[in-house]
Amino acid sequence: MGRKLLIDKVNVPDIETYEVYRKEGGYRSVEKALKTMTPEEVVEEVKKSGLRGRGGAGFPTGMKWSFLAKPEGIPRYLVCNADESEPGTFKDRYLMEKIPHYLVEGMITSSYALGANTSYIYIRGEYMWVLHILEKAIAEAYANGWLGKNILGTGYNLDLYVTCGAGAYICGEETALLESLEGKRGNPRMKPPFPAVKGLWQSPTVVNNVETIAAVVPIINDGGDEYAKIGIGKSTGTKLISACGNINKPGVYEIELGIPVEEFLYSDEYCGGIKNGKKLKACIPGGSSVPIIPHFLVCKTAKGEDRLMSYESLADGGFATGSMLGSGGFIVYDEDQCVVRNTWNLARFYRHESCGQCSPCREGTGWMEKVLYHIENGTGKMDDIDLLWDIQRRIEGNTICPLGDAAAWPVAAAIRHFREEFEWHIKNPQLAQTKNYGLVAEKVFEIAQ
Amino acid sequence: MTTTDQKIEFSPENMQLVKRLMGEYPEGKHKSALLRILHIAQKQFDGWLSADTMNYVAEVMNLKPIEVYEVATFYSMYFTKPVGKYVFDVCHTGPCMIEGAEKLCNHIENRLGVKQGETTPDGLFSWRGVECLGACGYAPMLQLGDSFREHLTPEIVDQLIAELKNKV
Ligand SMILES: Cc1cc2nc3c(=O)[nH]c(=O)nc-3n(C[C@H](O)[C@H](O)[C@H](O)COP(=O)(O)O)c2cc1C
Ligand code: FES
Repeated sequence: MGRKLLIDKVNVPDIETYEVYRKEGGYRSVEKALKTMTPEEVVEEVKKSGLRGRGGAGFPTGMKWSFLAKPEGIPRYLVCNADESEPGTFKDRYLMEKIPHYLVEGMITSSYALGANTSYIYIRGEYMWVLHILEKAIAEAYANGWLGKNILGTGYNLDLYVTCGAGAYICGEETALLESLEGKRGNPRMKPPFPAVKGLWQSPTVVNNVETIAAVVPIINDGGDEYAKIGIGKSTGTKLISACGNINKPGVYEIELGIPVEEFLYSDEYCGGIKNGKKLKACIPGGSSVPIIPHFLVCKTAKGEDRLMSYESLADGGFATGSMLGSGGFIVYDEDQCVVRNTWNLARFYRHESCGQCSPCREGTGWMEKVLYHIENGTGKMDDIDLLWDIQRRIEGNTICPLGDAAAWPVAAAIRHFREEFEWHIKNPQLAQTKNYGLVAEKVFEIAQ
Repeated sequence: MTTTDQKIEFSPENMQLVKRLMGEYPEGKHKSALLRILHIAQKQFDGWLSADTMNYVAEVMNLKPIEVYEVATFYSMYFTKPVGKYVFDVCHTGPCMIEGAEKLCNHIENRLGVKQGETTPDGLFSWRGVECLGACGYAPMLQLGDSFREHLTPEIVDQLIAELKNKV
């Protein structure tokens, strides 16, 4: 059994209440930080821990915090990104729903480290009931003196509020989130200036994922060095993985970074193997935006080494043969699934979610969706595959925010690894219309395991 | 954008909540509360945002009406046309698709007898396919008001429809 730091206590009865949470050792990190450490020392511990952002990009959190500008007389803000909209990702919701005080505690300790006196949690509008859970936890924290003025008699003041979106994946992108938090449309901003210099209301701001902020709690309680002992290389600590698709046990799991993908996928402690005794066809290991990899590259790298659940190992081989840990949304496809249909579906997602500011993304996502729809429905042409390749290449890197890349990568990876399946759809238009499962359902080729 | 005849005014409880939410931001930054206030308005005023409702929100928040319109039309959870009393938002993104979301959509379409985006003649139900709602491991699923219904089957959906009909 791996060590669990974040969701260890989710099954303790009534852990969502303040009394039980506190009795189980909650809010110790706030006591320790506010009473015995300077804000700089807290940042230093986070640096030592090697913690990397859990929202998708994996940027070192301590370094991000140290970039925060500190001009005299201007407020600084900490904003928690609880927008969680990347297909395949449902880990933040689990944490907030089950053990809301964990996030509240992390927000207090982190706000102290950054010198923020007002902080916000921005949660996606669809999680309205979770917003109410958080508001209740925050009210309890105020009532017990963990928020408000002069916390624990240390002179530190903090107000914490929750606000919400209203259905827009793009608001997970940090600058779009800030626009939305200012009560506007979620159009990403040009960077620079980065939020660390000009963020919320043009003030220095740190935006961190829910899980990143929660991880600050054990880092402060046990020390950054202890945290860094867990994991492998630059992938330190534990990570929440939300697993879904054709597996026996979909759900949210906390893993020690660095366990073999094979163990995660097949052991009963985690996914429990492929459902209905079927074979693995492909996997998207880090949320819909990261490249899909075919079965033979899931548990092993192209070099034949064991693939591990870590930032580095999942990316081993680059885009040619690797993928990314991303947000930890682990999507598994069995032999009956159609890659073309899935790629079309995801292209539709990105078209729907493009904010429309940048032409390559606005036009390109719609174009890719149409071409993929034709291939999937038996009206595609052989040239369409190269056309798709060309479109995705022209989107990537040519947009204000990375949504363009996120839309381009899944299409590129699907063509790179499953070109025959696209060709089969085009050569067998009749079959492609009646059978959605492509080559495998037709047993045109066998999947070797 | 259509208008309604209904008198538009927040209930006393909602007005109190709206005031509290505007107070959660620094002086002059209360526009930040707009998204949450629009959710409250939509819930109180028949499940959608008419031009009158948006103008009212603008007035309460001391914003220009355009500031409200441009937000209301950007986010997919706001409706700017009337919808049924109950709206089924069925997730049809990848992970839900492979667990049968499309079949579920077809089933709902047949049961209700209306296409996505339309409302049943009795004004009770609308449905639409939406993108990932963060419940991918509990698929297929739909959102109804503030709650998620997960691990759905056609039978569960039929039961849900029957229950909602009985409530009226
Ligand atoms: C299109 C898009 C969507 C994103 N969605 C989310 C999200 O839902 N949650 C999140 O934490 N980060 C999301 N991110 C990443 C954020 O921009 C940002 O990097 C992150 O919140 C930083 O926090 P971290 O360093 O703690 O990971 C998204 C990025 C992009 C480009
Ligand atoms: S794909 Fe349906 S909830 Fe995520």
